[in-house]
Amino acid sequence: MDEKRRFRNPDLARRIAEKISKLAPREKPVKICHVCGTHEWTITHFGIRNLLPQTVEVIAGPGCPVCIVPASEIDEAVKIAEKGITVTCFGDMLRVPGSTMSLLDAKANGADVRVVYSAGDAVKMAEKSPDREFVFFAIGFETTAPSTAVEILGNLPRNLSFLVSHRVIPPAMKLLAEMRDLNLNGFIAPGHVSTVIGLVPYEVFPQDYGLPTVVAGFEPLDVLFGVYAILKQIHEGRPRLENEYSRVVRREGNVKAQKLMKQVFSMADGKWRGLGTIASSKLALREEYAVYDAHTRHGVCIAEGVDSHSGCMCHLIIIGKSKPNECPLFLKACRPEKPVGACMVGIEGTCRIWAKTINRQSHVL
Amino acid sequence: MCLAIPGKIVKINDSHAQVDFGEGVLREVNITLVETRVGDYVLVHAGYAIQVLDEKEALETLNLWNEILRSETENG
Repeated sequence: MDEKRRFRNPDLARRIAEKISKLAPREKPVKICHVCGTHEWTITHFGIRNLLPQTVEVIAGPGCPVCIVPASEIDEAVKIAEKGITVTCFGDMLRVPGSTMSLLDAKANGADVRVVYSAGDAVKMAEKSPDREFVFFAIGFETTAPSTAVEILGNLPRNLSFLVSHRVIPPAMKLLAEMRDLNLNGFIAPGHVSTVIGLVPYEVFPQDYGLPTVVAGFEPLDVLFGVYAILKQIHEGRPRLENEYSRVVRREGNVKAQKLMKQVFSMADGKWRGLGTIASSKLALREEYAVYDAHTRHGVCIAEGVDSHSGCMCHLIIIGKSKPNECPLFLKACRPEKPVGACMVGIEGTCRIWAKTINRQSHVL
Repeated sequence: MCLAIPGKIVKINDSHAQVDFGEGVLREVNITLVETRVGDYVLVHAGYAIQVLDEKEALETLNLWNEILRSETENG
């Protein structure tokens, strides 16, 4: 399956861009929000904003799963590591700043912090060293949470527990839809999260908020067609939910993944860096799996942390209210090799994506 | 993190499969979350297949786009 060749066809892209130009409003600008770091990467890497008319703006919402982890939860992981317990995490979580230090700083100070590729690797690592205590820092949206559920329901070694920081996307989208000063006109819904949750959780956006919502994939044509479909809905005055990514997203989603998530996790209110507390947006371990909860096993619970550092505009960039180049620290004090804010750390962070592909952003910067 | 990569299942061993990501990259992937068989393309995220790609739907999407663009051009 040559997805890249098919979905990067320049001729088709040009034709969609022409249609977008014809549908674009003449005066009142349209603001479309996506909520996935991979969408931001596609848009920036392929220079899609350069193809859009001045009256069509695509902004990046809170779609970087490491960027939205609040400092308090990183502080908990650091505290656990400082107790001499091995903390395993995904690579891009390592440098995300906590209140005073990141996990990488803790590692530099002598703590045992290790990078894993998957929750399954964290289990294997713990099995290999039964005399050490391990904690897996489980972060990510609905794409990642099912893998944590699979491992928790499997044969876990006794020396492993989980610091669960999973979040779910629809409540954050609802918050954005309700932000009056953000003035959104449509959503490009996250394709890979949608493979798991399906289409139903997005129905509320066209129905209750009048926002056209299109589930889109991650090739340039996917995103362009998503923008086109939203403009067409606005033009027709008929907001609805469309699935452009039908090659992997089914209406019901991945039912097995949903079932396993429900079995292991319950919904709780959760903090998001830059967004505050969002009701029913965090996955918490159910009572019957409390034995695997790193909080109770290691006696760590930090309620408050310092999410933003002086001058850093991550809290505004995460919700698309500001662009990275509007931050005084961008590419000055805050750079990919020495990040200040979380958005410059994660490979799906808006600042990092812009910094790494700055030449393609010529008309934006 | 929400990055997911398509790959082809080449061998299945219980809950795990060897997945070919092209250009010589083979990795073991957990397939607990999907119903799949050798030859299927799966979407892999952080070591787990999260969905099976539908080849027919991929082609139909492109055909549909071409059709929409063509019909709207004809209609002005």
